[in-house]
Amino acid sequence: MIHMQNVVKTYRVARRDSGAKAAFFALFHRKYDLVRALDGLSFDIDAGEIVALLGPNGAGKSTAIKILSGILYPDSGAVECGGFSPARDRMRYTREIGVVFGQRTQLYWDVPVGDSYGLLQDIYDVPEAEFKRNLSELTELLDLKELLRTPARQLSLGQRMRCELAASLLHSPRILFLDEPTIGLDAVSKLAVRQFVKVLNEEKKTTIILTTHDMQDVEALSRRVLMIGKGKLLLDGTLQDIRRDGESLDESLVDFYQGIEGFDGKEE
Amino acid sequence: MKKYFSFFRLRLQMGMQYRIAAFAGMATQFFWGFMLIGAYKAFYESNAAAFPMGFQALTSYIWLQQAFLALFITWRFDNDIFTMITDGGISYELARPVRLYSMWFAKNLAMRLSEAALRFAPVLLVAALLPKPYGLSLPVSLPHFLLFLLTLGLGLLTTIAFLMIVYGLAMRMLSSTGVRLFLSGIVEFLSGQVIPLPFFPDKVRFVLELLPFAGMQNVPLRIYSGDLSGTPMLHAMVLQLVWLVIFIAAGALLLRSGERRAIVQGG
Repeated sequence: MIHMQNVVKTYRVARRDSGAKAAFFALFHRKYDLVRALDGLSFDIDAGEIVALLGPNGAGKSTAIKILSGILYPDSGAVECGGFSPARDRMRYTREIGVVFGQRTQLYWDVPVGDSYGLLQDIYDVPEAEFKRNLSELTELLDLKELLRTPARQLSLGQRMRCELAASLLHSPRILFLDEPTIGLDAVSKLAVRQFVKVLNEEKKTTIILTTHDMQDVEALSRRVLMIGKGKLLLDGTLQDIRRDGESLDESLVDFYQGIEGFDGKEE
Repeated sequence: MKKYFSFFRLRLQMGMQYRIAAFAGMATQFFWGFMLIGAYKAFYESNAAAFPMGFQALTSYIWLQQAFLALFITWRFDNDIFTMITDGGISYELARPVRLYSMWFAKNLAMRLSEAALRFAPVLLVAALLPKPYGLSLPVSLPHFLLFLLTLGLGLLTTIAFLMIVYGLAMRMLSSTGVRLFLSGIVEFLSGQVIPLPFFPDKVRFVLELLPFAGMQNVPLRIYSGDLSGTPMLHAMVLQLVWLVIFIAAGALLLRSGERRAIVQGG
């Protein structure tokens, strides 16, 4: 279903020392460093799986998700998702996927959520019957009834995340990408999101790829874990491969991160 | 096509909810229109022979310009788009089956039409009631009026195609404020927004009328009052169309290459 092989993505970063003098010289001569966000990342994911991408900040998780969802072009390497090359076939491929970025919103700020949904229906050409069915199902599962008539700007974060999830599923995608879907949510909302994702995967067999820093998300949802560090795949296994006796999962994870070569707990 | 239309409709509804902005805009436009007409009247009285347009044609030009300001002004950008470019919100646009160019074009078109829809009628109505030659006159003939509407539409499309080029440039830089101010300022001047193009010296005017910016508002506003008609009008319209096509092509290319090199900042 999803195949990534030897994918490389580099960003150019303009660097200079802080201070006025350095800023002045940078006007004439600018130094760029190439940062490899992905450095030969390879993995395969089957249809119907829930997979969690883990790794410290700056490891390349979000870059990987953005390449898989067709937003970014990889520099080199092969990417194939459901028979498409994501960025190149963007117009056809994006019909098959749903995306939620926990830190951004896809709802229109100053109209009721229901209006945003109506627009999404037209963007994805969802037939009326399918749209109605999906919407009523999602409304029930995510408890959206009141929210549909509320402008997006007046939703709480937890309410908004429920609306975002529904928004990304109105067109019955085969693959769902969740980039930090529980960031900033309270315990109740987190549970609701996890519960929903689980049901979605079990009943619709939607393939789900998520990134998160919340180990409870991973524990509740995914059997399979892909650990990424420095743009490379470090581990393809389960939480049991990370867990150590007598430690919490977070502690085990810190141990694991500190074992990554050159990792010092800071951004590069 | 349906999705862009649906998006257009949603933006139109959004735009129509800002009543106070519309009211304030209208007040400004009345004031501005009176001020301009006052200033031109002083010029006209000092030497009517040196005046390159009929006074009535000029006042009609000014009132139409004020009434349809929202359609022409070059510095009315959609800030959502700039924000989206700098903060990475563009991810969501790219993760959907939509063409960036068509989507943003529809967005800007809807924004301008909704603003103009709330403002133009009262300005035109009051301007039509003002005593001659200070008010808005009727169009010189029905064909002129129809051609005015047609070129007004083309002018609006040209203006938006120009904005699209600026958005395309903004995708290549971290801060687009400089380009935005520079380009929109220059184009405002060259399109006849500050001074109608007939007021420029002949040689300058000859060049300006060949440039793409003349088609944004100079052409339709002068057709209305008959200041532009016959063969020169035909030439102006062909030129308007040619530039529109070139602008759209340039903008679409810029956006496409922008998509390819997109970097999503942070996270």
